[in-house]
Amino acid sequence: MQRLGALLRRSQGDAVLAPQLLRTYATTQMTIRDALNSAMDEEMARDETVFVMGEEVAEYQGAYKITRGLLQKYGPKRVRDTPITEAGFTGIGVGAAFQGLRPIVEFMTFNFSMQAMDQIINSAAKHHYMSSGAITCPIVFRGANGAAAGVAAQHSQCFAAWYSSVPGLKVLAPYDAEDTRGLLKASIRDPDPVVFLENEILYGESFPVDQAVLDKDFVLPIGKAKVMRSGTDVTLIGFGKMVGYNLKAAELLEQEGISCEVVNLRSLKPLDREGIAQSIRKTHRVVSVEEGWPQCGIGSEIVSIAVEECFDDLDAPPERVTGAEVPMPYAANLEAAALPTTDHILAAVKRVMGK
Amino acid sequence: MPALCAAPAAPLAATNRMAAPMASSSSRALAGARVCVPQRQQQRRAASMRVAAVASPVKQAAGKPGKAAAISPEEAAMLYSDMYLGREFEDMCAQMYYRGKMFGFVHLYSGQEAVSTGVIKACLRKNDFISSTYRDHVHALSKGVSARKVMAELFGKKTGVSRGQGGSMHMFDREHGLLGGYAFIGEGIPIGLGAAFQVAYSQRVLGNESDDRVSVNFFGDGTCNVGQFYESLNMATLYKLPCIFVVENNKWAIGMNHPRATAPSSVGDNEPWIYKKGPAFGMPGVHVDGMDVMKVREVAMEAVQRARRGEGPTLIEAETYRFRGHSLADPDELRRKEEKDHYAARDPIPQFAKFMVANGLATESDIKALEAKVKEEVEDCVDYAENSPKPDMSQLLENVFADPKGFGIGPDGRYRYENPGFTAGTAEVS
Repeated sequence: MQRLGALLRRSQGDAVLAPQLLRTYATTQMTIRDALNSAMDEEMARDETVFVMGEEVAEYQGAYKITRGLLQKYGPKRVRDTPITEAGFTGIGVGAAFQGLRPIVEFMTFNFSMQAMDQIINSAAKHHYMSSGAITCPIVFRGANGAAAGVAAQHSQCFAAWYSSVPGLKVLAPYDAEDTRGLLKASIRDPDPVVFLENEILYGESFPVDQAVLDKDFVLPIGKAKVMRSGTDVTLIGFGKMVGYNLKAAELLEQEGISCEVVNLRSLKPLDREGIAQSIRKTHRVVSVEEGWPQCGIGSEIVSIAVEECFDDLDAPPERVTGAEVPMPYAANLEAAALPTTDHILAAVKRVMGK
Repeated sequence: MPALCAAPAAPLAATNRMAAPMASSSSRALAGARVCVPQRQQQRRAASMRVAAVASPVKQAAGKPGKAAAISPEEAAMLYSDMYLGREFEDMCAQMYYRGKMFGFVHLYSGQEAVSTGVIKACLRKNDFISSTYRDHVHALSKGVSARKVMAELFGKKTGVSRGQGGSMHMFDREHGLLGGYAFIGEGIPIGLGAAFQVAYSQRVLGNESDDRVSVNFFGDGTCNVGQFYESLNMATLYKLPCIFVVENNKWAIGMNHPRATAPSSVGDNEPWIYKKGPAFGMPGVHVDGMDVMKVREVAMEAVQRARRGEGPTLIEAETYRFRGHSLADPDELRRKEEKDHYAARDPIPQFAKFMVANGLATESDIKALEAKVKEEVEDCVDYAENSPKPDMSQLLENVFADPKGFGIGPDGRYRYENPGFTAGTAEVS
């Protein structure tokens, strides 16, 4: 029952609550789900050209209950349930964006965005360039990315590396509630197509937020990484759920006398090359942590930055911790073995420290 | 007398037919439908005594029009057991999921058994192919895949159909022609067409003219809006492939009621009939009551014979219903109780039991004996799965490639092109 409860919470949110928006300014804790919901709500209230479309976003209140309450508040013309036609409805969204509307296209998970790949890359990403500036595409593609729990090979792929290699797309990956609110609002207001990679496992997790974050105009800059924890011995770089793992590893390593600087990338495209390089030059060692596959992953790019821009400052070869190079297996023990854990991060850090 | 199609089943009461709770832009159409339904109900009841073709008829149905093809007691017992196995197996899956033995996404088939049994068990051979979606447990069972191996797969054990690597949504069995097990709806349809293409190729290119295998694609109402479905319909007719498209229209795609997602297929229609899309792509379209295994069997036999004779594809729309939610994680809040009750009353299994008893094909105690046997089988599956070992760690990195090193490297570990005589074409390349 516990496992089921955890799964339900992760995938559906608290179905017992009435479909209202949860915004309690009295508390200072906010779940990622509420951060996404409140950000979309506020942007839709601010700008009537913003609308949401996707599978199950309206009557079902969102496949993961992210859009809960929005249909009731804004009506079916601005919160649209689509048929199961990713290529079709993404194309419609992109076309609407070309003509000045600001769609938020939800993919139930980014795995399904593969059906719409032509529209995302060939239409949304490339049109501004191909038209020599005549056409802009202020669209946001958002949804769950990466591994969940026991959902096997076709539901567990991480698309960070694929999307962040495309010129013309902006790619963001929030970690906590502050990131989520600030970056989603920035994405919706941004004139370019943005791929917003969330993580299903984090949807139900609570993070502390301060008053500034709750402001309806709170936006974070796109293209800037955040130093979550300052340190001197090694830089741990990650995005999304892995930032949490890095923070945990940093705590454990502190007890062993190793001081880790934890960098939360936030933005995968544009990548904050200067911020990353600055941190590496400070600590002289770097470990990149990601959930996706190793070849041509985000870690490859981090290592390139380390070597190209900080070669003389490195005291050890850069290291990557990634997922295993296999399609995600179903069996629970194999799935756990295919994903990074804090132990892997600890081992990598000890290697770069020469211990 | 035209043949081929069974008339649409008796419709729901007006309030449940278009169960969309929202008014929105389709409200005028809905109001129109509500006014019309009583008349249509009368027409339908009269029509159910006749069969009506949608496309040009191909062949007379076996036996008298409107009567089910004859069935022997042995075959009836086999069909009943198969449906009962499907139901018990899925119920056991639900139990095991809530006990934490299964995890991830599990989509149960309860209520739709007549379609799987009526098409697969009644009409297909071991070397025919089927492709399915994530709701594939019962398709696998009907096709003859060992129930023990299916349960072990769901538990994530080494003895499972995919050795624990696929799970509920990714079942594959080469021996029984189970092509999968696809999470992405619409994805399995071109794959099923590929299998049919291979059969057509075997007949027309390789000269095996007696090769009359067929490929059957199963999918739902939501899939009928996916591009791959339309592309496949076109090519199946274009290449005259021996395949059958079976739409299990259970009216709901997670939380999207069918009329909210799909427009009517014909000008002047009030309903988004899927079978009408067949003729638009040059194949017959048939609508059948998917809660009645005898009707499904009759329609499927016709379609399979057509395909075996080389006359091309057929689109079958089976009106059916899933008694449970979309998956075990679905709170199933949007479907109304009246609709669920209506279909529960049309449960295919008791319906068929009554049919068997009424036609002297089995007695009550025969049926009870079949049920006891099935229950035993399902218990055995659970024990087998429980006691099977988990996959070894070495399995994690296996089977990523069929040939990990690649053809360019020879058995001695050197590049093949370094082999003397390679460019002269005299090297031995094995």
